[in-house]
Amino acid sequence: MSRIITYCEALCEATSQCMEEDSSVFIYGIGVPDHKKIFGSTNGLVEKFGKGRCFDTPLSEDSMLGIGLGAAMNGLRPINVHIRVDFLLLAMNQLVNMVSNIRYSSGEQVEVPLVIRAVIGRGWGQGSQHSKILQSIFAHIPGLKVVMPTTPYDAKGLLISAIHDNGPVIILEHRWLYWQHGDVPKEMYEIPIGKGNIIKTGTDLTIIATSWMCVEAFHAAKILKNYNINVEIVDPRSICPLDIDLIIQSVSKTKKCIIIDNDWVYCGFSSEVSSQIYEKCFNSLDCPIVKIGFIHTPCPTSRHLENKFYPNASNIIRAVEKIFNLSSIDLSKEDFYAHENKFMGPF
Amino acid sequence: MLDLYRLMYLIRSSEISVQKHYNENEMKTPMHMSMGSEAAVVGVCTSLNELDQVLGTYRSHALYLAKTKDINGFFAEMYGKQAGCCNGRAGSMHLMKKEFNHFGSSAIVGTNIPVAAGLALSNKMKNNGRIAASFFGDGALDEGSFWETLNFSCVQKLPILFVCEDNELAVHAHKKERQGYSSIDKIVEQFDCNVYNTKSIDVDTIFELSNFAINSIRTTGHPSFLRLEYFRMLEHVGVKEDFNEGYRDKPNNVNDPVLFYRLKMINNDIKEHTIKEIEEKIDEQVYSGIMFAKCLE
Repeated sequence: MSRIITYCEALCEATSQCMEEDSSVFIYGIGVPDHKKIFGSTNGLVEKFGKGRCFDTPLSEDSMLGIGLGAAMNGLRPINVHIRVDFLLLAMNQLVNMVSNIRYSSGEQVEVPLVIRAVIGRGWGQGSQHSKILQSIFAHIPGLKVVMPTTPYDAKGLLISAIHDNGPVIILEHRWLYWQHGDVPKEMYEIPIGKGNIIKTGTDLTIIATSWMCVEAFHAAKILKNYNINVEIVDPRSICPLDIDLIIQSVSKTKKCIIIDNDWVYCGFSSEVSSQIYEKCFNSLDCPIVKIGFIHTPCPTSRHLENKFYPNASNIIRAVEKIFNLSSIDLSKEDFYAHENKFMGPF
Repeated sequence: MLDLYRLMYLIRSSEISVQKHYNENEMKTPMHMSMGSEAAVVGVCTSLNELDQVLGTYRSHALYLAKTKDINGFFAEMYGKQAGCCNGRAGSMHLMKKEFNHFGSSAIVGTNIPVAAGLALSNKMKNNGRIAASFFGDGALDEGSFWETLNFSCVQKLPILFVCEDNELAVHAHKKERQGYSSIDKIVEQFDCNVYNTKSIDVDTIFELSNFAINSIRTTGHPSFLRLEYFRMLEHVGVKEDFNEGYRDKPNNVNDPVLFYRLKMINNDIKEHTIKEIEEKIDEQVYSGIMFAKCLE
């Protein structure tokens, strides 16, 4: 049975159902059981499963991840939550020196069924320490899977797959997506990690977008339709492993490609995807791939600088104009900041 | 007595073989030798149950052999062979054998301490009575992960034994150069943790103290911290002595726990030829282990 719920509710339902299904699943991290409930995504868990399986921790991110690793090697399925991905950086030692390695370096004596949930930007003046994404950094490390669900359906299906997975999975959840509504089946289901999704089919141009940027791409596609440009939007959903076949299939069809990544461009996911497209279907391309991402600076705090820092649908439209040699589309009546205006803080 | 000596001698004999063959350049892995810590490791491992879990550091030849007695797997791993305990992927610094409840060794100081607490947490959740023992050097006391894990383990009352193998050195830096306090034991006592320490190199003393520390975990429900002082007989990394490097002096009497215990056994009327028989048998096993490893593809 399917009904409309939010992304946040989908995350919560997935966790609750997995904890019901399997007593070895537990969830922990700073703020997990408190009254704010990680923006509501851990609602009802401590009440239902008790403090033994849903607990707060000292502010010791690195060791807390190590504790998850030990518990995972010992047969449990921990979910470690970070209310900002920036805080996960404190645990990079455990993540990159231990969690990612140990299955391989032990000669596969152990599995590490560990999920790391991290909330990513943007927010409301969150600045340079509360708004990062970093999916390319995590995906660079062999032994880690990295997923970025966009829809409520993806959020539930990918989180369930992550919890069922026998290896470490990082799930990056965009703060603005928490309010998105969508059809979500009530029962449990998995979305295979490494399988992309065509959000919108089209014929003229492929936009590869991650996380929140899928929303911007969708917005751009709606406007571009009025100018007879039929855009196809591919959401990889999983950064590692990557569904490159789906991407190649789409680009081979449309012969044009824009990658709008929800992060910095340099040495990033968009560079990786673009390089793989060039390697695999260079001759099918009509024109060079366009990469769009954050400006290469730390994230600013003030609103007007933030709006320059983050790309949105208008950046996509301007790029499309260049590719198709169109004259400038009048965007003065479009509201590109509707979502941002919804967010009144404080966190 | 003989069992404790057998285990200590197995470690010593294995490391002497490593020393003998290392310059053949076939064991291509950085050796951090345990020599000197045999009594500490054997004393604690013998006081643990088989089902109790251990984790160690890059200086863990002793821990691996004491917990597993797996000579062939040890040498095959040193030689980077598929038959090694970790399929030749680990080398000297990342030894692990889960089926013997050895959950690994880490070459980043302090990183295995929270992992041990994770094992302890899950043992507590499963209520299976197992203890996780985390072995680390005094260098790890400088790392945040030690303090973070100690704190969490005390908050959560985890069944964990912290074993600090204290040789006063982190690489080549003496603890006086690294520690802005005089007594780690007094600090740890401020936590809800049982604290024990000894300077003894007598494996019997360490065995008894470790038993005591483990019992305290069971009776008080709090973690125990066991600090065992020992003398690192060789260089930080490598198989040689390094007393001519100037950062430390060679003591007049090296506190060698294996020789000490050998003498103690003789004083306890164990015949020297009995000891020699044991030693020869172990030397043969070690020799065949090293030959086994060398001959593998």
